[in-house]
Amino acid sequence: MAKPSESEVREIYWRENRRWMLILGAIWFVVSLGCGVLWVEPLNTIQIGGFKLGFWFAQQGAIYTFIILIFVYARVMARLERRLGLEEPEA
Amino acid sequence: MSLTETTYWVVGASFALYIWIAIRSRAGTTQEFYVAGKGIHPVANGMATAADWMSAASFISMAGLIGLSYNGYGGSVFLMGWTGGYVILAMLIAPYLRKYGKFTVPEFIGDRYYSDTARVVAVICLIICSVTYVIGQMKGIGVAFSRFLETDYETGLLSGMVIVFFYAVLGGMKGITYTQIAQFCVLIFAYTVPAIFISLQLTGQPVPQLGLGSTLADGTYLLEKLDQTLLDLGFQEYTTSLRGSTINMAAFTASLMIGTAGLPHVIIRFFTVPTVRAARTSAGWALVFIAILYTTAPAVAAMARLNIIQTLEPQPGQYLAVEERPEWFKNWEQTGLLGIDDKNQDGRIQYSADPQTNELVTLDNDILVLANPEIANLPNWVIALVAAGGLAAALSTAAGLLLAISSAISHDLLKRTLLPDITERQELMASRLAMAAAVLGAGYLGLNPPGFAAGTVALAFGLAAASLFPALLLGIFSKRVTREGAVAGMLAGISVTLAYVFQHKGVMFIPGTSFLGDLPANWFFGIEPNAFGVVGAAVNFAVTFTVTRFTAAPPDRVQRLIEDIRVPAASSRD
Repeated sequence: MAKPSESEVREIYWRENRRWMLILGAIWFVVSLGCGVLWVEPLNTIQIGGFKLGFWFAQQGAIYTFIILIFVYARVMARLERRLGLEEPEA
Repeated sequence: MSLTETTYWVVGASFALYIWIAIRSRAGTTQEFYVAGKGIHPVANGMATAADWMSAASFISMAGLIGLSYNGYGGSVFLMGWTGGYVILAMLIAPYLRKYGKFTVPEFIGDRYYSDTARVVAVICLIICSVTYVIGQMKGIGVAFSRFLETDYETGLLSGMVIVFFYAVLGGMKGITYTQIAQFCVLIFAYTVPAIFISLQLTGQPVPQLGLGSTLADGTYLLEKLDQTLLDLGFQEYTTSLRGSTINMAAFTASLMIGTAGLPHVIIRFFTVPTVRAARTSAGWALVFIAILYTTAPAVAAMARLNIIQTLEPQPGQYLAVEERPEWFKNWEQTGLLGIDDKNQDGRIQYSADPQTNELVTLDNDILVLANPEIANLPNWVIALVAAGGLAAALSTAAGLLLAISSAISHDLLKRTLLPDITERQELMASRLAMAAAVLGAGYLGLNPPGFAAGTVALAFGLAAASLFPALLLGIFSKRVTREGAVAGMLAGISVTLAYVFQHKGVMFIPGTSFLGDLPANWFFGIEPNAFGVVGAAVNFAVTFTVTRFTAAPPDRVQRLIEDIRVPAASSRD
């Protein structure tokens, strides 16, 4: 197989990057503006321990999910850069 | 040792630490002054970012805002808004600006939009956002001093200024970074220790985040008890009461999120790490450190609210006698944060949602965090720690903002626009002078707060969301957007937002000049002024796209710049 050219590599990188941004961005929207604000009432009918679920998302769950999203993104991008040979030299 | 003496020792020790760090981390080059030599470890930068980010408002006021003003669920806008922005920052902004690899935010806007006009407009937007923000920090420093150390407001503010002056002028970003790391440790310790104690006392659960969902001594869930208690007093239910409407809450959350991703003093922190990869993980670490406080705050809010109510009404119908109120209660009355008025003259304090019969006439938001250790009967050193923590939060944010302001002046206005021929050493001197001037200016505004100082912190987010964020985002993700589009968009976004705030809150917040009145009936779709940034951002995007359609595409070198910042490194395969 022919080695992809520099511009092809960049194109693959950018396409993959945008794909991950869309996936993770959708989750970001769902847990915060979705579960925390728009659908909070139906979710509040579910009780987990002492928390109504919608309230829990708004004051705890969304924040935990945000942390996971950033680390997942950092990881998939680092892996993608390794695969495509786009890693930065260590400073 | 008395409480005041203990507080002096603890605060004095923390200040000595900051000065020691300042002396050890002087900046020798502009690269060190602006971006700490780009050698900060991502975890360390995460800590510094957390301190940079969490201001006096986060530390002192936020739990009270959630627990009192916004009555519980409504306060979620701050929790989600001020953390969700980091996801946007990590995915859409920070890695690309780090790759671009220069010193300031206006510098990127100027280069990407191939225009000194764009650079200068970005500097103006940056200064408007950052100055409104820094006034709040200066006030926080003065207030923390005057409450805990029994000095007057002016002395407190001046002491704070001397400390910031010392490390910010000597060390620039390098000095600020290391002091912010120390300040983070102080503030997070000071925030979590009282929270753990109060959670243990109420629920027997040492982790406040879990305590919030646990049961009280009588076997009922804490949140259920709080809901019921508030309903009995005539308030709305804690876990469901909206702030305004669902649309308002969504707009408020979104404004704070994109404002976070557009605030220059946060963005420049990501210029200090060695690689693009480090910028991403560093955003994750920053959010971890921020989340420690931001997931504890709602627990503090609910627990302290319940504690205060139970102090006033230990058994249903059995109200606290005015004569028997605890010592801490009297102390905080003297500061004006608590106030009682025995309207029915029965010698007891009735707390109620009805302003006609409510006898707890003053209950300041800040009291939840400030009086928390005393309400829970914690030792003096914990109370002293809260003072040091509040000061650390205010100082670290003030320093970060001052660096953003001074580097925009010395680097973007002087070096890149007015005097491109100055040498490295002259620019370093200029950046120190700009920093000194910024500290003095902020101190002056702290001593003579203009009329608009009250609602400023939330406003800074709206302004950043409406002006800088769209220009940065489109600068990275669109090759087609032109300088004319970006300049028109930034000006339109910031003007619309300012106009909306002014028309409801008064021009420059001067009472009586608000021509539409601060009435919810006049709000656009029921969106309150502080939540308007997202609409301003939408206006910015619309104007940018429209103007772009009618102007010539950016030159080739800009297209290449965009290609270049999108990828961390050239392919190493060939």
